[in-house]
Amino acid sequence: MATTYYTEDHEWLRVEGGIATVGITDYAQEQLGDLVFVELPEVGRTISKGDATVVVESVKAASDVYAPVDGEIVEVNQALSSEPALVNSAPAGDGWLWKMKLADESQLEGLLDEAGYNALIG
Amino acid sequence: MLVWREDLDATNPGTLNTLPLFELHQAAKARFGGFAGWNMPLTYPLGVMKEHLHTREKAGLFDISHMKLILVTGPQAAAALARACPLAPEAIAIRASKYTFLLNENAGIDDDLIVTRLGETRYMVVANAGNAEQDAEKLAAVAADFDAKVEPLDRVLIALQGPKAEAALTAAGLDLSSLTFMHGVEPRENWFASRSGYTGEDGFEVAMPVDEAKDFVEKLLAHEDVEWIGLAARDSLRLEAGLCLHGNDITPSTNPVEANLMWAIPKSLRETGTFIGADALRAAITAGPKRLRVGLKPEGRQPVRNGTVLTDADSKIVGEVTSGGFGPSVNHPIAMGYVEADLAQIGTTVYADVRGNKIPLAVHPLPFSQHRYRKG
Repeated sequence: MATTYYTEDHEWLRVEGGIATVGITDYAQEQLGDLVFVELPEVGRTISKGDATVVVESVKAASDVYAPVDGEIVEVNQALSSEPALVNSAPAGDGWLWKMKLADESQLEGLLDEAGYNALIG
Repeated sequence: MLVWREDLDATNPGTLNTLPLFELHQAAKARFGGFAGWNMPLTYPLGVMKEHLHTREKAGLFDISHMKLILVTGPQAAAALARACPLAPEAIAIRASKYTFLLNENAGIDDDLIVTRLGETRYMVVANAGNAEQDAEKLAAVAADFDAKVEPLDRVLIALQGPKAEAALTAAGLDLSSLTFMHGVEPRENWFASRSGYTGEDGFEVAMPVDEAKDFVEKLLAHEDVEWIGLAARDSLRLEAGLCLHGNDITPSTNPVEANLMWAIPKSLRETGTFIGADALRAAITAGPKRLRVGLKPEGRQPVRNGTVLTDADSKIVGEVTSGGFGPSVNHPIAMGYVEADLAQIGTTVYADVRGNKIPLAVHPLPFSQHRYRKG
């Protein structure tokens, strides 16, 4: 059974068996506008909470997506190379960004649940 | 990932000027951001990509009231403008518009303008938002030496751009079908309209008194082919069309020679003109440009943004990107910038370092997307 967490930086994490799938929220994709390029990290890279991990580029601007927790990248969403707009059309589904092996599951306790995130964005 | 890191001014919204039609944009659910001192609609719910494509396919409506109309009149209006700009105002046919500049003493471009001759002694100047006040002051200072009057006007200025613009304007009660591109008239009292724009499409810019604007704009919006288009798409449209954004691609420290804009300066004036900056411009022509403004097509899908340094294959710095983004109609990243003059030939490759990726860019002809002006 997967549990979904959110961050104040408008990311979501779906955690199952020590692996988190990470993406940005619908609110975030709407703020960014139409994406035209997603720069994905290398599989195997170790990331720490707060590291700039993915760059999403809209028509107008580039924005960083930060690592929400510590861990190692085990998979990236290659479909975004040819179809970055998946992040706009399905931010919580086919538009996921990367999967990571969690280094410290206790970091999840500091994250928001859906109700907490919805309260944040109003 | 937090905020939309704007390419535009990050000015505090509290200090920004408000468009007269702000409430209409709010009702249309625009997202706003600061640009050149104004709180401007950046995108509408359609989104920048669809807004851009809609303009090329149908008709896009832009509120460009941040730009300023300045009326120059009087027996010596032409002489005053000939001093202020590298322009031959007395040679402009009545109703014709010309693209020109305000140059400084170094021939740097303080602003780019459109001047339309409306009568024997009557000219309309359209100036950019960020420079409008300085432009009006400079024109007034020049005009003080002549029998000419400079009058900044308070108007709502809209642009309607795209292949359906003429039909939509006619349906709203303003038939400008007799105008060809770069011509303008005063269709009603205190109105000004020209067939022009900054998207590469056929289209019009229409200025009207503030108290008549809401009704007219609502009539336009009632047309099935008309949608509001924000500043983000205005930027991608003008970049695809190869048109300069003052402050980015042309600035007070770039001259028309290196900006590749000498087509806007009549040949006779280059030799004999007495406009401000004429001597420096002549010196720049004689010396030849060290760098030139060019179109740049990044290889691959990754945009190369404004401010990115350009190098040659040996990593020697040879230029800089001044506008960069993505072209929705051409469906690839596009950019404009300056490179050393001997690298300005079409097809030359230069390189940009974007977060550790070395991206080749080919010098590319401008525009990226063909102009579709109604030349008559």
